[in-house]
Amino acid sequence: MGDFLDRLRFFSKNGEEFAGGWGQVSDEDRAWEDTYRNRFQHDKVVRTTHGVNCTGSCSWKVFVKNGLITWEMQQTDYPRTRPDLPNHEPRGCQRGASFSWYEYSPHRIKHPLVRGRLLEMYRRERQTKDPVEAWASIVEEPEKARSYKRVRGLGGFVRSSWDEVLEVIAAANVYTTKEHGPDRVNGFSPIPAMSMLSYAAGSRYLSLIGGNCLSFYDWYCDLPPSSPQVWGEQTDVPESADWYNSTYLIVTGANLPMTRTPDAHFYAEARYKGTKVVSMAPDYAEYVKFADLWMPVKQGTDAAAFLAMGHVALKEFHLERQDPYFHDYVKRYTDMPMVVRLEEDADGTHRPGRLLRAADFDDALGEANNPEWKTIVYDQKGGGYAAPNGSIGFRWGEDGKWNLEQEAGGREIDAALSFIDGCDETVPVAFPHFAENEPEELARNVPVRTLEINGETVRVTTVFDLQASQYGVDRGIGGGNVAASYDDAEVAYTPAWAEKVTGVKKADLIRTGREFADNAAKTHGKSMVILGAAINHWYHNDMNYRAIMNLLHLCGCVGQSGGGWAHYVGQEKLRPQAGWAPIAFGLDWHRPPRHMNGTTFYYFHTDQWRYETIDPNELKVPGARDKDGGYQLADYNVVAQRLGWLPSAPHFNENPLETVRKAEAAGATTEEEVANQVVERLKSGDLRFASEDIDAPNSFPRNLFVWRSNLLGCSAKGHEYFLKHLLGTQNGVMNEADAPAGRPEEIEWHEEAPTGKLDLLVDINFRMNSTGLHSDIVLPTATWYEKNDLNTSDMHPFIHPLSEVVNPLWESRSDWDIFKALSAKFGELAADHLGTQKDLVAMPMQHDTAGEIAQPFEVRDWKKGECEPIPGKTLPHLKLVERDFANTGHKFISLGPLMEQAGNAVKGVAWETGEEIEELRHHIGTVKTEGVGKGQPSLESDVQAADALMTMAPETNGEVAHRTWSLLSKKTGRDHTHLAADRRGDKIHFRDIQAQPRKIITAHTWSGLESEEVSYTQGYTNIHELIPFRTLTGRAQFYQDHEWMRDFGEAFCAYRPAVDMQSIQRRSAGSRDNPNPGVVLNWITPHSKWGIHSTYNDNHRMLTLGRGGPIVWISEVDAEKAGISDNDWVEAANGNGATMARAVVSQRIPEGMAMMYHAQEKNVNVPGSRSTGKRGGILNSVTRVTVKPTHMIGGYAHLSYFFNYYGTVGSQRDEFVVVRRVDQVDWLEGPLTEEREKATDVPGR
Amino acid sequence: MRVRAQMMMVMNLDKCIGCHTCSVVCKNTWTNRKGMEYAWFNNVESKPGIGYPKEWENQDKWKGGWTRINGKLELRAGGRGRKLASIFHNPNLPTIDEYYEPYTYDYQNLVDSGYKEATPTARPVSMITEEKMDKVEWGPNWEDDLGGPFEARSKDKNFEGVDKAVYKEFENTFHMYLPRACNHCANPACVASCPSGALYKRDEDGIVLVDQEQCRGWRFCVSGCPYKKVYFNWATGKSEKCIGCYPRVESGMPPACVESCVGRIRSYGVVLYDADRIEEVAATAREEDLYEAQRDLFLDPYDPEVQRAAAEAGIKHEWIEAAQHSPVYKMAVEWRVAFPLHPEFRTLPMIWYVPPLSPVQTQIDQGTLPTEDDGVIPRSEAMRTPVKYLANLFTAGDEGAMKGALDRMIAMRSYHRALNVDGKANTAVLDKVGLTEDQARDMYRYMAIANYEDRFVVPISAREVIHEYDETYAAQGASGFDQAFPEIYVHDD
Repeated sequence: MGDFLDRLRFFSKNGEEFAGGWGQVSDEDRAWEDTYRNRFQHDKVVRTTHGVNCTGSCSWKVFVKNGLITWEMQQTDYPRTRPDLPNHEPRGCQRGASFSWYEYSPHRIKHPLVRGRLLEMYRRERQTKDPVEAWASIVEEPEKARSYKRVRGLGGFVRSSWDEVLEVIAAANVYTTKEHGPDRVNGFSPIPAMSMLSYAAGSRYLSLIGGNCLSFYDWYCDLPPSSPQVWGEQTDVPESADWYNSTYLIVTGANLPMTRTPDAHFYAEARYKGTKVVSMAPDYAEYVKFADLWMPVKQGTDAAAFLAMGHVALKEFHLERQDPYFHDYVKRYTDMPMVVRLEEDADGTHRPGRLLRAADFDDALGEANNPEWKTIVYDQKGGGYAAPNGSIGFRWGEDGKWNLEQEAGGREIDAALSFIDGCDETVPVAFPHFAENEPEELARNVPVRTLEINGETVRVTTVFDLQASQYGVDRGIGGGNVAASYDDAEVAYTPAWAEKVTGVKKADLIRTGREFADNAAKTHGKSMVILGAAINHWYHNDMNYRAIMNLLHLCGCVGQSGGGWAHYVGQEKLRPQAGWAPIAFGLDWHRPPRHMNGTTFYYFHTDQWRYETIDPNELKVPGARDKDGGYQLADYNVVAQRLGWLPSAPHFNENPLETVRKAEAAGATTEEEVANQVVERLKSGDLRFASEDIDAPNSFPRNLFVWRSNLLGCSAKGHEYFLKHLLGTQNGVMNEADAPAGRPEEIEWHEEAPTGKLDLLVDINFRMNSTGLHSDIVLPTATWYEKNDLNTSDMHPFIHPLSEVVNPLWESRSDWDIFKALSAKFGELAADHLGTQKDLVAMPMQHDTAGEIAQPFEVRDWKKGECEPIPGKTLPHLKLVERDFANTGHKFISLGPLMEQAGNAVKGVAWETGEEIEELRHHIGTVKTEGVGKGQPSLESDVQAADALMTMAPETNGEVAHRTWSLLSKKTGRDHTHLAADRRGDKIHFRDIQAQPRKIITAHTWSGLESEEVSYTQGYTNIHELIPFRTLTGRAQFYQDHEWMRDFGEAFCAYRPAVDMQSIQRRSAGSRDNPNPGVVLNWITPHSKWGIHSTYNDNHRMLTLGRGGPIVWISEVDAEKAGISDNDWVEAANGNGATMARAVVSQRIPEGMAMMYHAQEKNVNVPGSRSTGKRGGILNSVTRVTVKPTHMIGGYAHLSYFFNYYGTVGSQRDEFVVVRRVDQVDWLEGPLTEEREKATDVPGR
Repeated sequence: MRVRAQMMMVMNLDKCIGCHTCSVVCKNTWTNRKGMEYAWFNNVESKPGIGYPKEWENQDKWKGGWTRINGKLELRAGGRGRKLASIFHNPNLPTIDEYYEPYTYDYQNLVDSGYKEATPTARPVSMITEEKMDKVEWGPNWEDDLGGPFEARSKDKNFEGVDKAVYKEFENTFHMYLPRACNHCANPACVASCPSGALYKRDEDGIVLVDQEQCRGWRFCVSGCPYKKVYFNWATGKSEKCIGCYPRVESGMPPACVESCVGRIRSYGVVLYDADRIEEVAATAREEDLYEAQRDLFLDPYDPEVQRAAAEAGIKHEWIEAAQHSPVYKMAVEWRVAFPLHPEFRTLPMIWYVPPLSPVQTQIDQGTLPTEDDGVIPRSEAMRTPVKYLANLFTAGDEGAMKGALDRMIAMRSYHRALNVDGKANTAVLDKVGLTEDQARDMYRYMAIANYEDRFVVPISAREVIHEYDETYAAQGASGFDQAFPEIYVHDD
């Protein structure tokens, strides 16, 4: 070997020949080869990752040469997996690989930017006024306010300086706090797990001043409400490696190659160990390629398909024969043996009622503590009813019995699953039914026992008996609506019936249902369903999901490695959560913080409630119609706020600082006395919840920070309503705010819907996206290659760093430094304007606190006189917080004294953390400057904050893990400390993970293990450690017995068709129609290949590999109908607005669906819309958010609010659009005329 | 026998997720610069489709590769005479539109725009004319995920002999990805096409390069390569192509596209072959026999004869060992599950592909699904991707060889299913396809577990024997200065 080279014979003469003269060898000079070697050579490689809510949490090496970032490649040095499991390397996808393009891209935000009109006015006012007064003189003057608001989004940015913009923002926040209240300052930033310190920077600032942090996981509709409903758990899922442990996979609604790119290999590779893969997808999606079977399901009907598979599993494995593993599983770990009261209405119809409770018995079955929260089984061993361990009543107020032992009152029991043997009678029970053109209720026979309660004879049965009947399986007990055969297409939920609804062949459903169950029976639960956004983003998402959970529970899969549900939507797993929350929400200085559920916030403040088309009565079961009078969806949300179920922002129609001042003026001195004053004023109507008059100026949200997010270009369902009502600028809304479903009863109606509610929108960003384009101020932030931060994911057990590869470019700063500086500036201005004041925080009853068991039976509204308003019981908690506003800057940079004084807590376990704080004083150092923070651990730098976080969290500090497991052991009466024993001495620091990602430590925060024996999977500790699910029964719940659940027909899982948003019909006159033929299509917005949400969609690499800008996929059939050719410009429009894109015509798309990948926005390659006369919108220009009452339930065990945990979700898949070809595009690049500026609201102009 | 060592790649298309990470990493590392905007040394195509550049597979149109005339190999575009005659006009070159007109955007407008009648947007701008474009019309991956009407995509040459009309239907959709890079062929048509002698194949690792000092920009390599994997740099006026990442490979690292493959589909290792048989093999009479012929060209690294000959050819011991551990040799030769892309081009390509399995055909009733003995895994005849289509891609139409590979993959699955679900081995399923248990377990190890050190076996280039000790020492010291002061520090000659 050497510098030799081979040539083929042409044009070359010299050298040794081979292959009979075909080739020859030459020894010419090859020094030129250094050209490419030089290209490759680099100076430095740094480990970091991308904080982009992709769930990747991938380890990357970023190459630096001559001080410039050149490119990136994946690291391959993860700690290894167990034998017989593929390793994690390399993790990282095409999007991550293209990130370096952003570093020096032309739309990088290099300097602080402010829209010229606002800045000019401010500078003028500042010549004579102090900053707060200057701000006041602009926003209080309607003409001035209008003048800068209506040009939002229309260009005109000018460069400012950090000193100046921080002053403007601080002035606005101080002014707003003073005039309107701190709960009118808001921040939206999603998914802390992707860069948790950057999130914490803003949320810490907001929490210190009393602002609202808005939730995101529910707003994104990535939260599956079904998970808290069924398990009392936000979301917990198997790590991706656990897919490999499965031997049967059904994948639906989760496009693994596209959205779980670094993990997809586990899916592909599992097949080689013999795993069968079945895909359900309406289109021939990327994940279908890997399947053995494709079931082309009609979009949104997945519940019907899974109910049919459940029908097969139930019939063949529980009824025709009793698989011993399945039987044992449902008895121990689900609510199936729990006893349910039947309710009989006036016409003799029986419907499932609430779960029987110990309190229903005269002696409460000997349960003195929380008998109304202890559910009941029939003990066939002792004979008689018993309150088994583990229900939520055992969780609070006593120790040692909150576990899943088969015990009640200290003795062993054997719970009866069914009353079919030994029942007193069989009665028909009405089950709600929602399939089109079928009856609204189906009566099915159920075996019952009778029981005397308070002198009344009550019929009771088990959840199993009800559920078995509801599946329509013939149990030989007669009655109607049961199917003897799978071929009976008339009876829900047979495979033949499901074929009608879903389009999937019944033979496919039968075979898959049977194989899935058989595989689980043989392997004890190694059957898994991977599911995701595509089936969760529907209004009735809970039904799609619960149908799957039912199948999994019937087959004993949840909590077993290789089995269970694998829901992947959003990077929600903030593993060291308990160490992060104190920093993020300022719990070290003030408790409680202000949290607000995003969906409700936006539904109200963008006035989308005024456009509501869904009539709640149409969602209810026949027996419950008209029960709440003429309530609209918005009414339910108002009620949910005042009953203490959901949070409110702002809380009341008054500045909360003023509320306290008034109470104190009336003589109140303690928190309780202030609360009493507030209760009296609420009762008298002197003080009202803001939502009761949400369009009044004193309910406006006023200030909004958006960071680590692209609210307006991406997640803002009802984008055009945001522009109209929040921003008061050009928008494409083409319908009327006239409450088509009916005017709410609980909300004051203003004839004129307000516009321009926000005084200040600040965007913190590294690139100019649609949110930046519409903001008043844009701050340049450091990219993921320019700051230090932490990142964790559901997909693997490691904790990762983000690292400062180069210093923040141009004038950018890390989020930590931005909010640190803003805190200081706020404090400086607050010294004169705010001083020290007391603030009143209204907080809902929260899940995983003792407050979650507040309202055990019927729903009672104090406002209607049905009960007394009691804070924390029938009304939100009312908490006093003293804020020394001037110290905000000092507090930001020091870890406050409350950690030592009040300790830390997560998921119902509270512990002392003084030891860790003392350790931090030595490890990261203390604050030296004079002030309230002196001597406290210093959080001045992002690395210090990272280490503080990791020292406080059980996941990264083995001693804390040990302590918290010990405390939980006391609660359950079982020893769990062995789970983290082998890592008790481990402490993981920031510099450790920069050297190599580290596997976190098993903590009670999560339901799976980080061990060498088993992959992380959801529910593992529930099944294997007998720690109850955090639900009412302590078990996984097939049945939801809350009154609203029953009224809205979702006590059991049922198939529910998509709701009719009426957006096509609601489009008003005045919008200009395109003369080309239109085709009406369901608007489907799945995650994309060329972006992570909106990020990367404007990246040159991705735009080149995609089609160079927004596109809409349609079927060949629909394209032909509308005369659309591939790559034609098209417009998708409805009453909500319009969006412009080019068509991709493809055979893989089914008829009836338009697919616009999330989240294509308008900053790149979007011409004007003919219909709206404005810039063609984003994917969400044609959507409108709506809310579902069952998601508002609170104070009811697992159905209790927690931030990003339970609450309203922002679905958007039930929407329809008209798609038309556009022959001539108009780029709308003309200057802004006075006439056009004034016509912000006129559609079509 | 003249033993040559070559770095060879196998891509397991059955695992390919179509993510294009390979393409992006390659683009960033090598071609994100002036003159190469449109060039993707590595690209990924959605099949069925016409690819990048358009219809590259259609040699009736492009005249790339070799043809067999009267038993002898000729460049399809013609021999030396033809080439000299057309040296100032090469008729077989794709135009820029057949690749795509590279575009960027007026991004600056987003930040700088004054007050406008509507929200600013960044319009596309041609990187050739610098003019704004009303519409982007084509790109390097235009057909991604079956984008575009079937009629256009079905110009795909691989439909030959397949009843196309059936596959137009939504229900019968099939789809696969085809990542492509320079094949670093054993019989490279680009090398043979160059009038300047600027292309060569490296003796030590088989990497084919365009000498950037010798290239005169005639572009016959561009047309000569049937895979269209040589690109003309319009700024430098020279041709460039995938360099096999030799700066990485020389140091024992796999190429960037290989290491960054997040689907873990790529294996990379050494094969030994007999260079004296190249012409004979490439000139195999029947096209359908070319796959087997090339497979036979590879030498058994455990054969003492081969080892002796390799040592004589100057191949280091570590390279022979690497060949023994080579994952690509196992897949291509031992298990017969990997195939060359379009062997009928007769360039003896050195990237091979494992064909993809696919879901069962829609018309098959699940009640009577043909399965393996496990009762669950469907048999290969039930798959929806036509075997003929795959055979057209990889075996010049020989369906038997293709079906054999699919059956072996399925047998591996079924064997492991029995182990993992029923807890017992089922060797009958292996017997039917001629695999041993050891082989089935090895296939599983390399294709499923696929650890880094099993996927990539890259011996480090023996730079120390290229230079005498003194010179190597001098080169170590000169490092970097040889560029600025070649007269002082150039290490060789």
